[in-house]
Amino acid sequence: MKLRHLLAAALLAFSATSQAATLRWGAQNDILTLDPHSQNHATTSAILQHTYEGLTRYSKTYGVEPCLATAWQQISPTQLRFTLRKGVKFHDGSPFTADDVVFSYTRVLQPQGTMQIYVSGVKEVKKVDDHTVDFLLSGPNPVLLRNIADFRIMSKSWSEKHKSQNVQDYKAREETYSSRNANGTGPYILKLWEPDKRTVFAANPNWWGKLEGNVTEIIYTPIKADATRIAALLSGDVDLVTDLPVQDVTRLRGEAKLKVLDGHEVRTIFIGMDQHSAELKYSSVKGKNPFKDMRVRKALNVAVDRETIKRVTMRGLSIPAAIMVAPGVHGHSSDIDKVAAADAAGARKLLAEAGYPNGFEFGLDCPNNRYVNDEEICQALVGMWARIGLKAKLNAQPMATFIAKIQNFDHDAYMLGWGVVNLDANYTLQSLVRTKTTGADGSFNLGRISDAKIDALVDAMKTELDAKKRDVMLREALVATRDNYYYVPLHHQLRPWAMKRNVTAVHNAVDRHEARYTRVD
Amino acid sequence: MSAVSLWLRRAWEHDLAWSFRHSPVTIAAALLTLLCFSGALFAPWVAPHNPFDSATLNLSDGFTPPSWTDKGQAKYLLGTDDQGRDVLSTIMYGARISLGVGLASVLFSLVLGVSLGLLAGYLGGRLDALIMRIADIQLSFPAILIALLIDGVARAALPRELHDQLAIYVLVLAIGVSGWVQYARTVRGSTLVEKNKEYVQAARVIGRHPLAIMLRHVLPNVTGPVLVIATIHVATAIITEATLSFLGVGVPPTQPSLGTLIRIGNDFLISGEWWITVFPGVALVVLVLSVNLLGDWLRDALNPKLR
Repeated sequence: MKLRHLLAAALLAFSATSQAATLRWGAQNDILTLDPHSQNHATTSAILQHTYEGLTRYSKTYGVEPCLATAWQQISPTQLRFTLRKGVKFHDGSPFTADDVVFSYTRVLQPQGTMQIYVSGVKEVKKVDDHTVDFLLSGPNPVLLRNIADFRIMSKSWSEKHKSQNVQDYKAREETYSSRNANGTGPYILKLWEPDKRTVFAANPNWWGKLEGNVTEIIYTPIKADATRIAALLSGDVDLVTDLPVQDVTRLRGEAKLKVLDGHEVRTIFIGMDQHSAELKYSSVKGKNPFKDMRVRKALNVAVDRETIKRVTMRGLSIPAAIMVAPGVHGHSSDIDKVAAADAAGARKLLAEAGYPNGFEFGLDCPNNRYVNDEEICQALVGMWARIGLKAKLNAQPMATFIAKIQNFDHDAYMLGWGVVNLDANYTLQSLVRTKTTGADGSFNLGRISDAKIDALVDAMKTELDAKKRDVMLREALVATRDNYYYVPLHHQLRPWAMKRNVTAVHNAVDRHEARYTRVD
Repeated sequence: MSAVSLWLRRAWEHDLAWSFRHSPVTIAAALLTLLCFSGALFAPWVAPHNPFDSATLNLSDGFTPPSWTDKGQAKYLLGTDDQGRDVLSTIMYGARISLGVGLASVLFSLVLGVSLGLLAGYLGGRLDALIMRIADIQLSFPAILIALLIDGVARAALPRELHDQLAIYVLVLAIGVSGWVQYARTVRGSTLVEKNKEYVQAARVIGRHPLAIMLRHVLPNVTGPVLVIATIHVATAIITEATLSFLGVGVPPTQPSLGTLIRIGNDFLISGEWWITVFPGVALVVLVLSVNLLGDWLRDALNPKLR
């Protein structure tokens, strides 16, 4: 009895002392700037979200939730009214009002910045009163609320006081007050940024929200070299590492002091095929393009043993894919992403039906420094296709050479990975499947697929505001892409994090660790 | 018949053969060298698998450990790599490339070095000074640096696809050029001694062409040391090739040599798949060590002062 009391008291004391905690977080890259409208760079956005907030934000399950706006209302298909959160203060003490939203909108549009994409389709932002703004759109935009999560709000008075109304011109190596200092509304206040050394944040006591974790101080350390980063984690110099080299994950799982948090990335790795040229460039087949035949594309698909690639090449760190978007992306559903077992005999039969009983040769272009084990995956594919008589001539090259080659359509087949910035599947469909035009449509449709039915669905989804109707269309377009075998989806990449046993974090599929959820006990 | 047996008998009683018979280490080294060479030479016929025939590879056999461990399979004696290739077979095919590059570059060095040495020693004068100064300059750089330089220049100058096709020849050139100095200096020294001997003077007096004198009279008398250098150089050339390939600038991964295999396997060392890098490493050590031992023996056997 006594012992139990003692234990309870000890536990109580322990939990009380564990309230405030410092999180030492390590990852490969440093931020580029503190100006939230300057660089559309994954690491910079992921770190700055601790300080700067948008009108909306993503929830743990990648839905949209209120942030600096508490509510929004569709006044017309092209007019959206936001009610702003009252009583919010920037870190310098100035109050957050509609003027700041209007100011940030005009600021983010400046051409030297690269964040305009997050307000694309917005024609004007109008102040209605101090805590209400209207977004006037050039057309109905069903993904607006997702996009503006990355449109970060700056203080008008602070920017004017420090002559930072202009976005930093990063390419011209400009330094401004706002590229060296931060003043947001977010849960953490920036204390210090020493480039390539460390970034320090302290919890914001006046934040409008409530931290779910207990992290009151963040020390972010960029550590470039894989081995050094892992060594820092093993020796206890950092508590959390959010980008692990694949070959070390097994070893880290075996470390008693550490735990590995599994989670995936919204990135799908796939093979694309030239379905437009009259004749393939590197193929033994002359005078026609075998990839125009659906049976050939299907054969390529069913010959791939995705489970074995997962087990051997990816060491378990992938989710075999049947569709072109990963779990977590709006539009993905596991019932349409079921992978059938590899079937070499069936594939050979399909090839014979298509008129290639002895297979044929074609070129396969692969990057060798971009995705996890990219070249090894391509080598494995060469073997799997060889077994059905197809001879893929592998050309593995660095990303810079590779991307230039495939963007010039100088390929038969190629490997690529596609992430989804706004977590909406139509982004993938529009970029990869929609018939190529000069704009964003088909911007990475490098096999030059053209399917009138999918084009119509993609275009309708751009402006469809009825969520239910749009979801049906999303599903239809994803299934049509799958069943026409326009691509060979391979897998969705997993991206585990490793941390000390006493750290609890919430995994994030767009590689944005949010310290407000994290506990250090 | 009797001529053959007489020749055999003479060979058996020759000094070299005698010293060979009486050195068990050398016999062992010769046997190992023979094993390595024949394994490499006959790889397509004796290797258990063809690691470069994609259709026969089975990815699901990837990372199989050596056959004597728990999870090993009898058909993969030394285990498999990440793509399911049999490690023993890749070693045999890899040794083919390593030996081929090693021997070819030694031959290249030898021809270049001996010719320049003969010319410098026999003709003397400005040509001699020029060749020997170049040799001195080259000697002040490590051989590997020169090989890296030549390989780097070729990489920059040739388009990528052409370079991949020519990679092995570039490598032979790079290693060959980095090794000629030793031959040239040795041959020049010996030539300086020989050219003042009476038989050379006699040949000159009767009006033989200088080239003929160099090749027919001087050259046969300087071959001993050259042979010793060449044998030891084979081992060095194999190591240089392996080093370059380990650094990723040697042969392309589609035609892996032992060095390439060690580099690829190195990525898996921490995660516990040691056999992918250790066995090619052991093969390299055995090959180089046995060739070196043979070279040492040859040097001692041909050196009258050590007899």
